[in-house]
Amino acid sequence: MADVVLKVAGVNKRFGGLQALSDVGIDIERGQIYGLIGPNGAGKTTFFNVVTGLYAPDSGTFELAGKPYSPSEVHKVAAAGIARTFQNIRLFPDMTAMENVMVGRHVRTKATALGAILRTRATLAEERAIRQRSFELLEYVGVAKYADYQARTLAYGDQRRLEIARALATDPKLLALDEPAAGMNATEKVALRALLEAISRDGVTILLIEHDVKLVLGLCDQVTVLDYGKTIAVGTPGDVQRSPAVIEAYLGAAHTNVATKESA
Amino acid sequence: MGLLLPRLSKDPRAAWIAAFFLAATLMALPWVAGQFGNAWIRVLAFACLYVMLALGLNIVVGFAGLLDLGYIAFYAVGAYMYALLASPHLTQQFAWIAQAFPDGLHLSIWLVVPFGAAIAAFFGILLGAPVLKLRGDYLAIVTLGFGEIIRIFINNLNAPLNVTNGPQGITLIDPITIAGVTFSKTINFFGYEVSSLVLYYYLFLALTIITVVICMRLQDSRLGRAWMAIREDEIAAKAMGINVRNVKLLAFALGATFGGVAGAMFAAFQGFVSPESFVLNESIIVLAMVVLGGIGHIPGVIVGAILLAVLPEFLRYTVEPTQMFLFGTVILPAEILRMMLYGLAMVLIMLYRPKGLWPAPEHGVNPVVQRHSRLAA
Amino acid sequence: MELLLQQIINGLVLGSMYALIALGYTMVYGILNLINFAHGDVLMVGALTALSTILFLQPVFVDAPGWLLLIVGVLAAIPVCISVSLIIERVAYRPLRNAPRLAPLITAIGVSILLQTFAMIVWGRNFLTFPTLLDDRPIEFFGATITITRALVIVTSAIIMIGLMVLVNRTKLGRAMRATAENPRVAGLMGVNPNYVIALTFAIGAALAAVAGVMWAATYSTAHFFMGFTPGLKAFTAAVLGGIGNIPGAMLGGLLLGLIEALGAGYIGDLTNGILGSHYQDIFAFLVLVGVLIFRPQGLLGERVADRA
Repeated sequence: MADVVLKVAGVNKRFGGLQALSDVGIDIERGQIYGLIGPNGAGKTTFFNVVTGLYAPDSGTFELAGKPYSPSEVHKVAAAGIARTFQNIRLFPDMTAMENVMVGRHVRTKATALGAILRTRATLAEERAIRQRSFELLEYVGVAKYADYQARTLAYGDQRRLEIARALATDPKLLALDEPAAGMNATEKVALRALLEAISRDGVTILLIEHDVKLVLGLCDQVTVLDYGKTIAVGTPGDVQRSPAVIEAYLGAAHTNVATKESA
Repeated sequence: MGLLLPRLSKDPRAAWIAAFFLAATLMALPWVAGQFGNAWIRVLAFACLYVMLALGLNIVVGFAGLLDLGYIAFYAVGAYMYALLASPHLTQQFAWIAQAFPDGLHLSIWLVVPFGAAIAAFFGILLGAPVLKLRGDYLAIVTLGFGEIIRIFINNLNAPLNVTNGPQGITLIDPITIAGVTFSKTINFFGYEVSSLVLYYYLFLALTIITVVICMRLQDSRLGRAWMAIREDEIAAKAMGINVRNVKLLAFALGATFGGVAGAMFAAFQGFVSPESFVLNESIIVLAMVVLGGIGHIPGVIVGAILLAVLPEFLRYTVEPTQMFLFGTVILPAEILRMMLYGLAMVLIMLYRPKGLWPAPEHGVNPVVQRHSRLAA
Repeated sequence: MELLLQQIINGLVLGSMYALIALGYTMVYGILNLINFAHGDVLMVGALTALSTILFLQPVFVDAPGWLLLIVGVLAAIPVCISVSLIIERVAYRPLRNAPRLAPLITAIGVSILLQTFAMIVWGRNFLTFPTLLDDRPIEFFGATITITRALVIVTSAIIMIGLMVLVNRTKLGRAMRATAENPRVAGLMGVNPNYVIALTFAIGAALAAVAGVMWAATYSTAHFFMGFTPGLKAFTAAVLGGIGNIPGAMLGGLLLGLIEALGAGYIGDLTNGILGSHYQDIFAFLVLVGVLIFRPQGLLGERVADRA
């Protein structure tokens, strides 16, 4: 039985008159790259926000690495081990790239105000460790040369990478990416795919929402397809691509020669 | 802290020399100023207190991004705490206290600072807790309301039990005494006559330097980064695991401590406190100092505080005589000019230099790269 | 029982003035998402202008009836307040329309201070007496007393508020104002000039403040440079209570707050066994403000706006 990192079931969410999610669930195994796709308005970001604690669901069970968690407070979800990025990039714009990633280390460190004021040895050691790890992460995603530059001045693609680095700094059990390829051109997407594959190889489980079907089909091990708040297909990209429900709802005239992980 | 003064940070020797000269200047300042009259030494002492207040407010407004318009309440709390614990008021009003403390209430300096800090921190949490979820402008108005509530209570807690002596205030407050030296008298120090004003100035200067060091250390710490993260994007901060509620409370509490200690010092210095010293205008003045200097940038805030504390006094001695000379009468009394300066400072800075006179230095990406980028908002 | 009626009347007088001032806050907030911190000081300028006008005319027109002088005072105050308000909008707020929201708030505080210093220069720092122009002998009213001035406050406010509701809901101008409040850019695409509508909103608010200022000065027989602070803050509370941005809300909030304050001040002595006296009256407004913002931030008549991540 593979190691299940995230197990969510029975999520319902209603916004006024709109049933945004109906009995949606997801099972992600360790080491997988899991894709969440669907047409616009299908409820992907809503589900994402529920799982990461930004929205309170009307119902649902949530388990991370076997332990139940309650997605009621965002910071607790992060502490439990889900780190996320945002569709519209939410960096800390006036802080430097380095400082952004250092904030990511906050949840795994414990220096207090008193330690900071008194400059205790433990605090200083922890600060050094934070700096070192943050710089390593900047190098890992490829933006180390902008370490001392304000985050808002970075190029768009670099900002996305920086956001991923910041999320990785929290030592997550699950890295949740909300449309990481949005606004990228083809070259940037190739680089992003390489980065995500490297992250997966290094043992981090990934959940991602994406609109770029080609990217998802080539990158993901498993995929869930939503439409109008309901799950319409779950399986490998190949299975999903061939499912008539999905084709009807989303893929339309499918490109039959899209390479998938199986056939590649 | 390498961004403080970039050139100096790269050359430790130059930094030490600069620090030495700065220290020497600060030590010599009261003697120079004293040549022009004792009033100027008072001005310097108050400048130190204002720097402390501005740095404390800077933690709340500058680091954490929470606009507090009631900051002076903490100054008031610290001042009245000391006034009550180091004056004959309580022993006169309540017989049982007079019995418990037959020698009267005299709080030692070594307790004043921690007490002032602690009680201010307590009030900081008290005032901060209800406002945590409020948006910027609402937060400002509510904190303003709290500041006023504190002042109204102080003004009216003289019946049925006379705790604060209402509008008349509390007098006969003990001066500071350290190691047997009472600061209210001129002392003889190795043959030199050191007046009470100068003694207080040195004490306040020491406290100010400690404040600066503490603020610098907080800025460059895990907590400082958490504050800034909240200021920049609260939702992203939460998503990174920051307990925004507690971190905001810490900002209020720690910011308040400087106000409380400064308030206690103020009470000792003046020997007298009344609610009039803690009106809304004072909160606004401290805010103006932070805004003028450079929100969030410690050196800027210090400069802003010194400017707005000292400049009006300069003007008092130049503008009034000038007006007498030109017009035969004073159209703009110094007091009004002072307020006008604060108002103008806030308006002009926001319109023309919103980051303040001395903002934190910025580092942008190489322009060549920028040309090819698509910058997010 | 008489005490209750008396406090209700006092509350309505106070509340009517709060309502007029609150309308200024709520209309500006509805359009610009800005707390016009200087609004209370516009009220102050109105009151003092009216006072100066009346004091100037009194010795010249010795036989003029009090009510005529009062009206002339108000008519003098209104254009002055409108001008001040428009200048402030143009110089201090308009350049900051796209700045982060704290910037115009700080500017507004600065403007408030500048208005007060201006008033200090022109009118001095002392409390000035506003002359009693109407026959203010107390009139018996079911066991409570009321004066003509106070009754006029209630009646005039009611008339003005009805007029405003008609303006906002039944006229083309009112429609333009409501559209701009919802979405300035789209309103612009529909042919509405947002700058013009914004200026108009400030002007109407200022005119209301001028009237409220004169009412306040006449009711309490005093005017000075700092008189705008307390009514301004309380009127803002009233606007929040009713639902900021909501015009009927401002009226409701104003009247409610006035009643809460009057009743609270009247009964607090009894409720707390004499520990807290009526000089704690000012605190009620603040407590209401904090309470509303924590428990029902959209106010009584406002709508919940969701936050999208």
